[in-house]
Amino acid sequence: MVKSFKEVKAVQGIDLTILRGQFVALLGPNGAGKTTLVEMIEGIQKPDNGEILITGKPWKGNEEELRRLIGLSLQETRFIDKLTVVETLRLFASFFQLGKERVEEIILLIGLEEKRKSYVVNLSGGQRQRLALGLSILNNPAILLLDEPTTGLDPTARREIWDILLKLKETEGTSMILTTHYMEEAEVLCDHIVIMDHGTVLCKGSLEELLTSPEPSPRGERKLNNLDELFIQLTGRRLYE
Amino acid sequence: MNNMFQNNQLWQLTKCHLLETVREPGVLFWGIVFPILMSLGLGIAFMNKKDVTHNVAMVGIVAPALDSLLSAHGSAPANSTGGKVSLHLNNPKTGNTTFAFFPMSWEEAMVQLKRGQLNLIVTDSAGSIRYHFDPLNPDGQLAYLKLSNVVDNHALLDPKSHENISPLTVKGTRYIDFLIPGLIALGVLSSTMWGVSYTIIERRAKKLLRRMVATPMKKSNLLISMITVRVMMNFVESVLLLLFAWLVFGISIQGSIPALFAIFLAGNIACAGIAIFISSHTSKTEIGNGLINAVTMPMMVLSGIFFSYHNFPAWSLGVIKSLPLTMMADSIRAIFNEGAGWAQVSMPSLILTLTGTVFFIAGLRIFKWH
Repeated sequence: MVKSFKEVKAVQGIDLTILRGQFVALLGPNGAGKTTLVEMIEGIQKPDNGEILITGKPWKGNEEELRRLIGLSLQETRFIDKLTVVETLRLFASFFQLGKERVEEIILLIGLEEKRKSYVVNLSGGQRQRLALGLSILNNPAILLLDEPTTGLDPTARREIWDILLKLKETEGTSMILTTHYMEEAEVLCDHIVIMDHGTVLCKGSLEELLTSPEPSPRGERKLNNLDELFIQLTGRRLYE
Repeated sequence: MNNMFQNNQLWQLTKCHLLETVREPGVLFWGIVFPILMSLGLGIAFMNKKDVTHNVAMVGIVAPALDSLLSAHGSAPANSTGGKVSLHLNNPKTGNTTFAFFPMSWEEAMVQLKRGQLNLIVTDSAGSIRYHFDPLNPDGQLAYLKLSNVVDNHALLDPKSHENISPLTVKGTRYIDFLIPGLIALGVLSSTMWGVSYTIIERRAKKLLRRMVATPMKKSNLLISMITVRVMMNFVESVLLLLFAWLVFGISIQGSIPALFAIFLAGNIACAGIAIFISSHTSKTEIGNGLINAVTMPMMVLSGIFFSYHNFPAWSLGVIKSLPLTMMADSIRAIFNEGAGWAQVSMPSLILTLTGTVFFIAGLRIFKWH
C-alpha cells in the first residue's frame, strides 16, 4: 500500500499479511505511518496504490459486510457523557442487530458489572477504556483494530485491558492489529510485531525472531534485550525519543 | 416486539439522544426556563405601563406658567420646594401620564440626558418656558408635545376635550403578543443550531462520529434521530412557553392551529437543514461556535423578534423578510394575532421546507464523518 497526503509520504509500499487469530503489533515513532495504515485497514482512507483485502474481499462494494467484521477502539474516544454503560453498549449492539444477551456477556467480560448504571462521564480512564474495548468486541470481530488502547492508563488499568485481550485471544478467532507505545504491551500480547519508520516496514516477525540479531553486537552478542535496542540498531535512535 | 425495538438502531439512537438531552440540566434551562424568564421579564417591563412617566429637568428659575400649573395640579409648587414635583394627568381616553420634575443644574441635566434618564429640560426665558430636547428622540418629542399642551391650554387635563377619541381595545396588540411568537421562532432556531449543529461538531471532535460509522450503523439514521429529538424538544419547549404566556399574560391563538403546526414543522425543517449544513465539515468546536453565532445572531437582530424590523431601511426589508427566522416569526405572529390560516402560511411553509431540504442535501454532500 502507498498513501501520501500532499507532499507527505505517509505509507510507502507496505505489504502485510495477517492471519486469522494472529495478534499483530505495529510499533514505530510518531509519523511512522501506523495510524494511516490502520485507517486504510479500517476503510476510512483509500490507498493511492495497492489494495486491502479482508477475508479476501476489498472495501469497494463490500463496505457493509466488512463493517460487520471489524471492531475498532480509538485512542481517547469519548462516548456520550450522559448515557450509562449499559445504554452505550445497547446502542452499539443495535448497530449489529445484537440483543441484550450479548451486552450482558460483554459487561461481564470487561468487568463493569458494578458500573452498568453509571454515566460514562463518571467512569475512570481505565473503566472508560474497558468500555471502549467492550464496544469494539461486541460483534465478535474477525479483525480488531486497537489504536493505543492503554495510553495514559496506570499499570493496573493497563494490565486489566491486557487480561481482557488475552482472554479474547484464547477464546475467539479474532485477528488483532494493535498500535502501541509500550514495548511490553507488544511483547505480552502479540505474536507478530511490525516495526515501522517513515512509512516503511523496517522489520517484522515474532519477538524471538526480532530479538535474535543477524549482526553481532560490538561485544559479540547476537541476542538483543528488547525492541528498543533493536530499533536503535536499525535507525541509530530510540523508538520513542 | 420489545426485542425488535431493542435492536432497532433508529429507535436506540433516538432514545439515546433523547436521554442525553433531558439529562443535561443546561439544555433544559436554556431551552425551557430561559425563554420563559425572558418573556416574563420583557412582558412585565413593557406591560406595567399604565402610567407613562416623563422625567423633566427644571434648570434655574421655574417659569411662572409652569409654577402656577404645578401649584394648581401638581404635588407642590415648583419654586417652593427644592425637590421632585409630580404632575399626574389621569385620562382614560388618552392614557395616564405622569410628569416628574427634578430641579438640577444644567450640567447635571446634560449627564442625565446622556444616560437616558430624562428626555426634556425646561428653563425660564424672560418669564416664558423654554423647552430643550433632542428632536430625533421620539420620547423627547412626546414629552414636549404633552407638556406644552398642558401648559398652553390645559387640554390634556380636561377629559371633555377628547370626545372625538374612541379608545381601541383590540386583542393581540400588546408587546407580549408580539414577543411570544418571536420567542417561539427564535427558540426553534437557537435550539436546533445548538442541539444539532454543535452536537455533531462535538461528536466529530471527540471521534465519536468516526467510531460510529466504523460500525454498520446507517448514517442517515444518526441524523434522522438527532433531528427527531430536536423537533420533539422544540415542540415541548414551545408548548411550555405558550402555556406560561397564556396563564400569566392571557395570550391567545386567534388563527388556525393546524396551520400553526404546519409552519412550526416547516420552520424546524429549515433550521435542521441549515444546522446540518453548517456542521458538515468542521471538527473544531471553536469554529462551530462561530458558525452557529454567524447564523443565529444576524437573524436574531434582523428578524423582528424583539422589535419590529420595519424600523430598518426600506431597501433592506426584502432581504429581512426572506430570512427563515423572519418568515417563521411573521407567520406564527400572523396566526396568533391576526387570525391567519392556511392561505397565509402555506407559501412560507413551502419556502421554509424547501430551504431546509436544499441545505440538508448540500450539507450531506460535503459531510465529513471523521
